[in-house]
Amino acid sequence: MAINVDTYRNDLSPVIEGELVDLRKRPRIREVIIQAFLFLCGALSILTTVGIVYELGKESASFFTRQLWENSNKELVVDIDDRTTSFMVSESGAQLQVSQTIRLHDEVMQITAIDGTQITVERGLQKTEVVPHTSGAEIFTGDRVSLIEFFTHTEWEPQIGQFGILSLVNATLMTSITAMLVALPLGLSVAIYLSEYASHRARSVLKPILEVLAGIPTVVYGYFALTFMTPLLRAILGRDVVEIYNTGSAGIVIGILILPLVSSMSEDALTAVPRSLREAAYGLGATRLETAVKIVVPAALSGIAAAFIVAISRAIGETMIVAIAAGAGSAFTFNPFKGAETMTGHIVRISGGDLSYNSIDYNSIFAIGLMLFFMTLTLNIISQRIVRRFREVYE
Amino acid sequence: MNSEQHFNPTVKGEIAPNDHDFIDAIDKRHRLGRFWRVIFQISTIVGIVVLTALLINILNQTFGLAAVQNEIEPEALAIDGAPLEELTKAQLVDILQSNVSEGLFRKLENDQSFERRTREGIYGLVLEWVVHPEVQKTWSLIDSLFRRSMVEAELAERYPEAYLQFFSWLDAEFAVKPQSSDPLRAGVRTAILGSLWTIAITILFAFPVGVSAAIYLEEYAGYTFINRIIQTNIHNLAGVPSIIYGILGLAIFVRVLEPLTSGALFGVLEDPTTANGRTILSAGLTLGLLILPLIIINAQEAIRAVPNSLRQASFGLGASKWQTVWSHVLPNALPGILTGTILSVSRAIGETAPLVVVGASTFITIDPSGPFSKFTTLPIQIFQWTARPQAEFRNIAAAAIVILLILLLALNASAVLLRNRYSQRM
Repeated sequence: MAINVDTYRNDLSPVIEGELVDLRKRPRIREVIIQAFLFLCGALSILTTVGIVYELGKESASFFTRQLWENSNKELVVDIDDRTTSFMVSESGAQLQVSQTIRLHDEVMQITAIDGTQITVERGLQKTEVVPHTSGAEIFTGDRVSLIEFFTHTEWEPQIGQFGILSLVNATLMTSITAMLVALPLGLSVAIYLSEYASHRARSVLKPILEVLAGIPTVVYGYFALTFMTPLLRAILGRDVVEIYNTGSAGIVIGILILPLVSSMSEDALTAVPRSLREAAYGLGATRLETAVKIVVPAALSGIAAAFIVAISRAIGETMIVAIAAGAGSAFTFNPFKGAETMTGHIVRISGGDLSYNSIDYNSIFAIGLMLFFMTLTLNIISQRIVRRFREVYE
Repeated sequence: MNSEQHFNPTVKGEIAPNDHDFIDAIDKRHRLGRFWRVIFQISTIVGIVVLTALLINILNQTFGLAAVQNEIEPEALAIDGAPLEELTKAQLVDILQSNVSEGLFRKLENDQSFERRTREGIYGLVLEWVVHPEVQKTWSLIDSLFRRSMVEAELAERYPEAYLQFFSWLDAEFAVKPQSSDPLRAGVRTAILGSLWTIAITILFAFPVGVSAAIYLEEYAGYTFINRIIQTNIHNLAGVPSIIYGILGLAIFVRVLEPLTSGALFGVLEDPTTANGRTILSAGLTLGLLILPLIIINAQEAIRAVPNSLRQASFGLGASKWQTVWSHVLPNALPGILTGTILSVSRAIGETAPLVVVGASTFITIDPSGPFSKFTTLPIQIFQWTARPQAEFRNIAAAAIVILLILLLALNASAVLLRNRYSQRM
C-alpha cells in the first residue's frame, strides 16, 4: 500500500500526525451492497413482467396442446384381444373419421381406415399399453383446442369441449363500449367544466368528490350495478326486455367507475395547454365555449386521446362489476340487456372453487389471461406513445 | 342584450358590413355558449348524483323492515305462565333438550358443557335453535319509512304468520360475529381479520421493496438502457388488470412456491392432508406485487420533490451516497412516501378479483391464526353475499360495504392529514 500511496503522492496530500492521509476514493463494501440490493428491488418489476408472460405463455401452450377426450356415444360391439386391429363399432353416436385419435379405456388408437361400422386402427399410441377390450366399451374421440377454433368460434362451453373465445371477447367489448359511451362524453364534459369554467372554489369541492368516486372498491360498484342500476333499467325499459343479469347495466356502472379517470387525465391535459393560446383566442373575440372547444381541446387532443385509451384498457380489465352484474354462462349476443359472461367474469367464476391444476379449466384461464394481458398492454403502450408525442409538442 | 349595448356605439355602418347579421351571430354564439355551459355543469352534477345514489342505495339496504317467522313462537315455550325470558337456566336446558335433535344437543354439549354456560348463553341457544327465527322478506329503508302501509298489506297477504321487525343489519355485533350461513347470525369478524392479516403481509412486502426500488431509480440509476427498461416496465405494470396479478399469484405463489406459502417448509402446517398454497401469505404477496408499481411511482415523486440543495450540502460535508439518502433524502421524502403508500394500500384493501383467483376460501368460520391460514377478506365476503339470490344476504352485504367504506375513509383521511401537515412544514 505504501508504494501505491507514494506513486500518487503530491503536494496536496495532507499529513496528519506524521501519517499520510490517502484521499483517493476507497471502495466501500457497504455502499456497494446497498446499491446492489436497491437495484434488485427495482429489477423485481422486470421479474414480475417476465413471470406474467412466462406463466401465461406456458399454461396457454399446454391449453392448446392438451388432448381432450369426448364421448362419441359409440361403443365396441365385439370383444377384442391385444392384437386385433380391425373391429366393429356401434352405429349410433358421432361420425368417426380417418386419422382421428380414439381412446378405449386407457388405450389410445388412431383410425387408419373406415368401412361402414368396421374400423381399422393402429394401437397403443402415445405410449399407452395395448390391452384386450370387451364388447360395450365406450369410445372417446380425441380433440385439441386449435388456435383457429379458439379465435373464430363463438361458443365457450368447457363441459362439451367448445372453446371459442369470441363469445367472451364479445361480452367484454359490449360492456367496454357501453362504459365508454357513458364515460367519454361525461368525462370530457366534466374535464372541460373543471378546467375552463369552474371557479377555484367549485374545483376545490368537485375534485375531492371525483377522487372519492375513484377510491370506492369495484366490488361496491358491482353491488350498485346489481341492486340499483339493473332494477332502474328494468323499471324504465320493462322487465321482459331487461334480464336480471345483463351487460348493459354492468357497462354503465363501469362507465361511472372510469369517469374520474377520464375526467382527471383529460383535465390534466387541458390545464397543460399554455395560457397564451386561450388569451389569443379571447383577444380575437372568441366566446368561452369557442375557446374551449376549438382551441383548448384540439391542443390537448393527444392527452385526451391517451386518457380515453387508458380508460378503455381499464374497462376491459374490470372484473368485479361484470362478475356480479353481467351474468354467468357465456353467450354470444349483441343485446346489451341480456346476460353474457366476459373474459374476466369467466376467470373469476371458474377459479372460484378449488381449481384442479390438471384440468382444462385451469389452463383455459391462462389462455384468456394472456389474451387480456396483450389487449390491455397494447392499449397502454399506445397511450404512452401518444402522451410522449404530446409532451414533445408542448414542452 | 349585453352584446347589443356593447357593439352599437362602434358599429356605425363602417366596421361590420351588415350590423344586424353580425349582432345576431354574436347572440347566437353566446346562446350556444350558455347552452353548453349548462351541459358541462349537468355532467359534473351527474357525477355527484351517482355518488349520492350509490351511498343512499347502500344505506337503503343496510337498514329496513323484515318479515320474520319463528318456527316455534316464544309464547308457546312459556312454562306455567312465566315467559321465556324469565325461565331459569335448568328450564331452558330442558326446553333445548326436548326441542332439538339428540345429535345437535350432544354437539352443543361438546362445544361447551351446559353447566359452564351462562343462563344468557343458553337463552341465546334456545332462541337460535328452538325459536329459530327466519327472515321471509326484507324491505328497503325507504319503503320501510315512507310506505309502511304497503309493507304491512304485503305482510298480511303473503306472510300471515310472520311479524315485522326493524333491522339494522349493521350493528356492533355484526362486526364481531364470525361468518355463518344464516344471515341473521352472520358477521364479518373472520373477514375483517383476514383483510388485516393480508394487508399486513402486503405492506411488509411492498413497502420496503417499493421504496428501495424508488430510491434506486431516483438516486442511483443512470440513464442506461436497463434503467429505462425498468422505468417503462413499472409504468406498464401499473396498467395491467388486477386479475392478471391474481393469475400470476395462482401460478407462482399458490402452485410453484406451495411448500413456502403453505407453511410446509417451516413445519407449521395446520393440517398436512390439505396442504395447499391458498393462504394469507399467497394473497398478501399477490396484492404486494399488485401495488408495488403504485408505491414505486408515488415514492419516486416524493423523492424527486426533495430539494437538491439538501443532497449537495450533505455531500459537501463528506457524507457518502447512502448516508445522504438515509439521513437527508428519506426523512424529507417520508411524508410523501407514506401518503402514496396509504393510498396504494387502500386500493389493495378493496381488491377482490385477484384474491378470488388466488383462492380465497368460500366459507370459513375460524379466525385466521397466521400467515399460513386459509382466508377470506371483507371484499370477498361482500362479493359472495351479493352473488347469493336471497335478499337477506344483499342486506348483510350492504352492511359489510358500510364497514369497508368506513375503513377506507379512515385510511384516506389519514393520508390527507399527512399531506396537509407535510405541505405546512415545507
